[in-house]
Amino acid sequence: MPTIMGLSGNEAVAHAMRQINPDVVAAYPITPQTELMHQFAEFHADGLVDTELVLTESEHSAMSATVGAAAAGARAMTATSANGLALMWEIVYIAASLRLPIVMPVINRALSGPINIHCDHSDTMGCRDSGWIQIFSENCQEAYDNALMAVKISEHKNILLPTMITLDGFILSHTLERVELLDDDVVKKFVGDYHPEHALLDVDHPITVGPLDLQDYYFEHKRQQIHAMTQVFPVIEQVAGEFAKLSGRRYGLIEEYRLDDAERAIILMGSSVGTAKDVVDDLRDAGEKVGLIKIRVYRPFPYDAIRAALKKLKAVAVLDRAVSFGTFGGPVYTDVRATLYGNGVNLPVINYIYGLGGRDIDKAQIKSAFDDLKNIVKSGRIGEELRFLGLRD
Amino acid sequence: MSEKSWKEIPIGGLILEPGASRRYKTGSWRSFKPIWFEERCIQCLACWNACPEPCIMVMDGKVTGIDYDYCKGCGLCAKVCPEKAHAIEMQAEF
Amino acid sequence: MASLKELAAREPKLSPGHRACAGCIPALAFHQVLRSAPGYVVAGCATGCMEVVTTIFPYTAWNIPFIHNAFENSAATISGVEAAYQVLKRKGKVTKDIKFIAFGGDGGTYDIGLQSLSGAMERGHNMLYVCYDNEAYMNTGIQRSSATPFAADTKTAPVGKVHKGKKQYPKKLTEIIIAHDVAYAAQASPSHWRDLNRKVEKALSIEGPAFINVLAPCPPGWRFPSDMGLEMARLAVETCFWPLYEFENGKRKLTYKPKEKLPISEWTKHQGRFRHLHQEENKHLLEQAQQEVDRRWNELLALCGESA
Repeated sequence: MPTIMGLSGNEAVAHAMRQINPDVVAAYPITPQTELMHQFAEFHADGLVDTELVLTESEHSAMSATVGAAAAGARAMTATSANGLALMWEIVYIAASLRLPIVMPVINRALSGPINIHCDHSDTMGCRDSGWIQIFSENCQEAYDNALMAVKISEHKNILLPTMITLDGFILSHTLERVELLDDDVVKKFVGDYHPEHALLDVDHPITVGPLDLQDYYFEHKRQQIHAMTQVFPVIEQVAGEFAKLSGRRYGLIEEYRLDDAERAIILMGSSVGTAKDVVDDLRDAGEKVGLIKIRVYRPFPYDAIRAALKKLKAVAVLDRAVSFGTFGGPVYTDVRATLYGNGVNLPVINYIYGLGGRDIDKAQIKSAFDDLKNIVKSGRIGEELRFLGLRD
Repeated sequence: MSEKSWKEIPIGGLILEPGASRRYKTGSWRSFKPIWFEERCIQCLACWNACPEPCIMVMDGKVTGIDYDYCKGCGLCAKVCPEKAHAIEMQAEF
Repeated sequence: MASLKELAAREPKLSPGHRACAGCIPALAFHQVLRSAPGYVVAGCATGCMEVVTTIFPYTAWNIPFIHNAFENSAATISGVEAAYQVLKRKGKVTKDIKFIAFGGDGGTYDIGLQSLSGAMERGHNMLYVCYDNEAYMNTGIQRSSATPFAADTKTAPVGKVHKGKKQYPKKLTEIIIAHDVAYAAQASPSHWRDLNRKVEKALSIEGPAFINVLAPCPPGWRFPSDMGLEMARLAVETCFWPLYEFENGKRKLTYKPKEKLPISEWTKHQGRFRHLHQEENKHLLEQAQQEVDRRWNELLALCGESA
């Protein structure tokens, strides 16, 4: 029987980690990830996990020790936010390159500076090219569910890539929601035992991990990573299917919300999806043909699924909670635009940057985006492609 | 070197063959060659203990020769060979 | 303690075919350290000469499990491996007794990896960290490090008309590690292999974090002939530039005391990086270097409860 609890996002993910019972967790505190680690440390102190807890002197060492533990043959996890992720950066790439199936919750927070502890997606956006799978969470339940599924996705023999599951700092990490926890033994069976094919601690079969790799083979190893990324979607779907049987909750690469006969839609990720769904409901009640596309899996980017969803629409707005300075919009916008070119799908796409540094986004702002789209459809004129929500002009 | 495709090599840069460097012969780097004189050798193993490769061959606790496949000709072995023995001499290779 | 015959009978943990320069003392130091550990060992190394020369894909000189992660995190990486060992052993998934050795050059240890090393030592992992100190960033082409001796000529602190090499004295890293109150710490030299061998054996037999700082002369970096490396190491010890001592149970102990302390010039005169010190106009720099060696030696003697 699932247990229903009132949990913050951090607590929900800590419970997921308790149930996963990783062999090694190496971590360093940073707001707003701190309470996740507090909670997990309490589980550890009470003997509820077998985990070896390595409390490092920095995030750089946290990721380094996690890499060491994973290469040794352990199921290893860490968690961080923003500047902590930035300090890990070098090793974030190495973890993916070494093909270590590490799972890392990242509590999304603005990446300095000036320093700011609140939510935006600039931290994980910065390492979207690092070779990690990135899965965004709409609410605390999803954060919990994603953490469990991530283990199975990363460790799948066709994948062997690390996964970041993200949840919006404070908005989810510190907000109490109703969360349904699977039974401990159900999770234990779901994630299974971890048996890597090669491990440093298998001393009778010595391996060399992380060699110097020069012009003659480095390229081939990158090609392997590209290939592994192409294998991710079927595995995510398969794991989601197994998870749905246990939980009744089914997840796709994207979620289409009231999109079937929609003419206009917005695309976004993370906790704002919940607010946006409310706006869609309000507008639907008023007879407007609007819908929403939630991107759940951001890396690899679900081009086909998004393209198929866009085909039905007359205009779309992409809401980005991060900036990609010097380009023509936010990172999600750039990716969405790239799905269209040369594929016979052509529709106006505009971009809104919102919520940087934790700036609130409300229903009125989201509604204004739908209103803008209405004008674009009516007039046929796109106007400004890069727009802002909640910014004082 | 056999040039394998990305489908044929272990993922992640993993090397599964311990000591695979033995297939990479460094002897061609040498410009001076140590010559070992068995009759003068007092079997102190100082040369073995000073060789960075290592390429002083030892069997059952005794030096049996120098592995020129790997010897880079640094001369450390000759240097540490006790003066009274003088069992290793350096010779110009070319 | 094992004799050379016994050491030579052990399975080699490192194979030839590695690409270290001819006469590389760091490579020799690795052999000496690894030979001193007869059982199962998992090793790691920071980015640097020894990582580069032992692991060019698809080749590896390592006959034991080995991991390289990055430049500044050899200690953190091995601490993660050791943590995995602790838990997997508890769970019965690993049954062998395994020792853990992290290596790093002076760049990866004194400088960029100091934080990672400090963290690992403080957390008390059951591991040995070995610094192979060749006194500069040799892998990238001989740039100064905080281990580089005073007045040495390097590519980033060269000897010119105005500036005469490095202006600072080397960091006392072994003392910094001792300040962590580790289970064991020592300085060693490949020229004194019995001493080194014993220290490695001891470090691995003691529960808790251990650290050994091994002087590792570099022929191209220090500019001496390829057969002179062990002599350079020996003279560093005989001049008391590189004292051999250990720290255990809160106490320092000299493990070798030169019968006659040689002047530092006996060491510097063989090395191209110190050539300028032996020119008349730079005599004062050599004197200054000598004074600092004397000061540090006397300080260490006092700490070891020895008289000069």
